[in-house]
Amino acid sequence: MCLGIPGKIVSIVDVEQQLGLVDVGGIQREVSLSCVAEEGQPLEKYIDEWVLVHVGFAMSVIDENEAQATLAVLTELGEMQQELQAMQQGAS
Amino acid sequence: MKYVDEFRDPEKAKVLINEINEIAERLSVGRTRPIRIMEVCGGHTHSIFRYGIENILPKSIELIHGPGCPVCVLPMGRVDDCVKIAERPEVIFTTFGDAMRVPGSKKSLLVAKAEGADVRMVYSPMDALSLARKNPDREVVFFGLGFETTMPSTALTVLQAKKEGITNFSLFCNHITIIPTVKAVLDSPDMQLEGFLGPGHVSMVIGNAPYAFIAEHYKKPLVVAGFEPLDILQSLWMVLKQLEAGEAKVENQYNRIVPEGGNDVALEAISKVFRLREFFEWRGLGSIDHSGVQLTDEYLDYDAETKFSIKSISVADPMSCQCGEVLKGVIKPWECKVFGKACTPEVPLGALMVSSEGACAAYYQYGGIEIDNEEEIVEEAVS
Repeated sequence: MCLGIPGKIVSIVDVEQQLGLVDVGGIQREVSLSCVAEEGQPLEKYIDEWVLVHVGFAMSVIDENEAQATLAVLTELGEMQQELQAMQQGAS
Repeated sequence: MKYVDEFRDPEKAKVLINEINEIAERLSVGRTRPIRIMEVCGGHTHSIFRYGIENILPKSIELIHGPGCPVCVLPMGRVDDCVKIAERPEVIFTTFGDAMRVPGSKKSLLVAKAEGADVRMVYSPMDALSLARKNPDREVVFFGLGFETTMPSTALTVLQAKKEGITNFSLFCNHITIIPTVKAVLDSPDMQLEGFLGPGHVSMVIGNAPYAFIAEHYKKPLVVAGFEPLDILQSLWMVLKQLEAGEAKVENQYNRIVPEGGNDVALEAISKVFRLREFFEWRGLGSIDHSGVQLTDEYLDYDAETKFSIKSISVADPMSCQCGEVLKGVIKPWECKVFGKACTPEVPLGALMVSSEGACAAYYQYGGIEIDNEEEIVEEAVS
């Protein structure tokens, strides 16, 4: 819950609600971009960016190295599978 | 080497371990007890156990695993309240998976579900809100849990519900706030700590400024830390360096994620939707002033406690359970009478055994392996 999970923004789903489609370990789901979106900037700017996602909300834009390192730690902590399962469940 | 070689940069890890050893040795001269450093965050606790960090540190440093696992500190009375709400026929009760197995005085949410209550695991509060949209004839309740890391997501979901005029969604709010918690730790006579590893993702939301009182008033160093083993070693080294220099500052080791001022959007959402409770009860720690939040008057329509007239009753922990003493660092997980016997991750008696961020579950999962290899790892780490 407190570690979050890195994902890559694939597309923008809803500009008004600031929702993007984020790919996390091959699973795609809607994620709120409201905490990372800068005012006055188009959301499309974030496509292909990596973000750290906490319970469905992107909380920080990160670089790819950071994303890969975090994914490795999550896998070793055994949290990767758990998060992905929860995500899949929530998306259904 | 069993663990250090797995770190992102093993060479850097070895240098840090040597430095930590040297500073600890100098600091230990004339000391009668170890240097006690608390990691506040449950994510750090998990990482520390997984990577066997305690075993590569010198004996003169003791890590105290703090109260930063939100699931672990949920009091039994609150779990009972959850079950009460979940068992109402009109309710769809939604929760993060972590909270399903936390024992209440009679049952957990998992048991309530098995008995027919409509309890559903969700990944995000937004999933709960979409259930409310899809089921207008049902009452969807979201079990809000966690420190400031998850608080913005709940706040933003409540804002969205109000914006859409959704009335069949409400929040059973058990969010807790970090600063009063750390203050309670500092004021507790049981705890004599030299410094802190500050939580990474809570700080991503609140920034570093709220910790200033720890350095200024309590004269303790705090280093906001990342979750990789190397982050943790580096942060410990930073705390030790401050101690040796006789300094007490707030430092940010995790500045690649944690901005100095936190996240404005998240903070604004929190301040709109939540206000501090007078007090909130913690499992094992008792009541801590201003440590929980509740919905502000403007959003009271979204408060499940008001909607379902829930009067929280405080329920004592089982007599045999020593979660409180473990949380305060008075005893180690394996020193608890029921650890690994009556209390296991499969059948947890106390909440610290439920979540992988709880010290007992983490120790149960990784502890035995480390003890067997302790000598070997220490030798290899310093060689």
